[in-house]
Amino acid sequence: MQELTQQLFNGLIWGGVYALIALGYTMVYGVLRLINFAHGDVYMVGAYLAFFTIAALGSSASSIAGVATVFLTAMAGCAVLGLTIERVAYRPVRNAPRLTALITAIGVSLFLENGGQLLFGPNPRAFPQILTARHVLSLAGVSVSSLQIAIIATVVILLLLLELLVHKTKVGMAMRAVSYNRSVASLMGINTDHIIAFTFALGSALAAVAGILVGLYTGTIEPLMGLLPGLKAFIAAVLGGIGSIPGAMLGGFVLGMAEVLVVAVGYSTYRDAIAFALLVLILLLRPTGLLGTGTVEKV
Amino acid sequence: MLKRFSIAAIAATAAVILVTAGCGTKSAQEIPIGEYASLTGDTAEFGVSTHNGILLAVEEVNKSGGILGKKIRLYTEDDRSDPTEAVTAVSKLINQNGVVAVLGEVASSRSMAAAPVCQANRVPMISPSSTNVEVTRKGDYIFRICFIDPFQGYVMAKFARDTLKIGKVAILKDVKQDYSVGLAQSFSQHFQKMGGTIVKEASFSTGDTDFRPQLTAIKAASPEAIYVPAYYQAVALIARQARDLGITVPLLGGDGWDAPGLVRIAGKAVEGCYFSNHYSVDSENPTSKRFVEAYTKRFKEKPNALAALGYDAARILFDAIKRAGTTESAALRNAIAATKNFAGVTGTITIDKDRNAVKPAVVLKIVNGKFVYQQTINPE
Repeated sequence: MQELTQQLFNGLIWGGVYALIALGYTMVYGVLRLINFAHGDVYMVGAYLAFFTIAALGSSASSIAGVATVFLTAMAGCAVLGLTIERVAYRPVRNAPRLTALITAIGVSLFLENGGQLLFGPNPRAFPQILTARHVLSLAGVSVSSLQIAIIATVVILLLLLELLVHKTKVGMAMRAVSYNRSVASLMGINTDHIIAFTFALGSALAAVAGILVGLYTGTIEPLMGLLPGLKAFIAAVLGGIGSIPGAMLGGFVLGMAEVLVVAVGYSTYRDAIAFALLVLILLLRPTGLLGTGTVEKV
Repeated sequence: MLKRFSIAAIAATAAVILVTAGCGTKSAQEIPIGEYASLTGDTAEFGVSTHNGILLAVEEVNKSGGILGKKIRLYTEDDRSDPTEAVTAVSKLINQNGVVAVLGEVASSRSMAAAPVCQANRVPMISPSSTNVEVTRKGDYIFRICFIDPFQGYVMAKFARDTLKIGKVAILKDVKQDYSVGLAQSFSQHFQKMGGTIVKEASFSTGDTDFRPQLTAIKAASPEAIYVPAYYQAVALIARQARDLGITVPLLGGDGWDAPGLVRIAGKAVEGCYFSNHYSVDSENPTSKRFVEAYTKRFKEKPNALAALGYDAARILFDAIKRAGTTESAALRNAIAATKNFAGVTGTITIDKDRNAVKPAVVLKIVNGKFVYQQTINPE
């Protein structure tokens, strides 16, 4: 029982990370009906931006101000990257058939992966531990490090802020309007270009946070680190119902838990396979996802 | 159009043949030997160390006048840590450079890929540091000068039982690496024979970066040590995450730990851990001391075991050429096979009938980020 609790706790961390990345997929899908396959690589760039910021800050990186600087720099950098990708790669093909945009997304993803290998070097790097994880406290036999608490707190705060943003602000209302019907939204005086760009920036900033958290949690980063988590977060988004924000959160947590439990019972080689098995299952049983709603094709 | 194309093709083929033949003409004053190594890629640290060791041996022998009145000419090919590239590299060394013998590789998977090419061309190959049993079974021209995994597993089992007095061990292995699986199996077998128990066996796959689920399961079995026969990159992350989960028992491992990257990534997390290795840089053996001195002077860093094995492999080859008195392939092969009590940096080396080296292993402990010698364990 104690072991199970600990494993569920381990799963919670990955669930949070997948949820953060999945939000980027689902929000962009919401406003553009585009699967942004480059999103996993934005997450990788976020981790590297943090890595270089920490190196530039030196020993002051582990102070509270230092940690904040690291997070904000990476988030800002990725937001700019997201904006650039949207402007340079997706906007020109926005009215082209959806397959064109999808292929463009895969192209951007390959560009970032290989560019990352060229720029950052192909070898993995050790991620500096700016949050000292050594405080190990035990709750009913379950050991929890301060790093894990920090990760969970960060994820929860960001999810709450996002909920507030989407439901209580004007921008959020505009995002919902664009996702409901882009052309009608623009008729209502909403600048859809701005809203789409804002969505990209927001999703990319969340991905940057996920990248830093994973760097801190596993202790290593490399240029291809975004490949698998990107795919899995996409699956999490589909699992929860693509286009649905609470769905992406739920999908992320379900996937994180499922993965960790598969390893816990001893089938570590199926760790990556479980995500794809879940994808097949959900598409067979409930194609709209756990929280998704079916849209009726209008004639 | 077609005709013109075929004429061009014939001309190109002829040019290639001429050039190849040109390369194949050996200079009467030189003995060409080949080396294939992972100078870039995943295990670049391994390849570069080995290459430095070989380079030092070649420079030394040429300074002292060469062998059989000829200088040694070293041809090096990078295989980019890829088994397919290793095959290409070795074919090039043999067919274009006309080498009389080949040195390489570190990783067993790449040695196994390239060995059939050497065997088919009857060019002797000496692997400095591939420990998987299968490597030398590829043919009678394939040798190695390091111990093999069944022995390495025995060494750590014996050390854990007799010196550390440990009874309960958990194993965490990489199921995608022959090296890791072989070592885990041999350790488990010997450790249980010596009266110990394996309380938990967990696994991961190359490239994984999160090991907490496995470590949580291991922690629940409360072992007194964890055996992690994997390469340094994974070991460093495992160590860090284990400490994070509150696991304080030492980790035990094999020669895959021997890279500066281990301490650089893991930091304090690997303090007090033990691993078996081919040699210790602190060895009092005069051959070792002389080597460490020369290597440090030449490359401005302390040699690790892979550098030492590269150096030994090259020197055993030179010794065999000298004894054979020729570079003719069958004679050279027989001379290498007859190597007996060769005083190497990594111990006294004798090649057995399976073309493996019989030699002792050392156990090292990580203290303040340094690999400190603990004890030497001899073959059963």
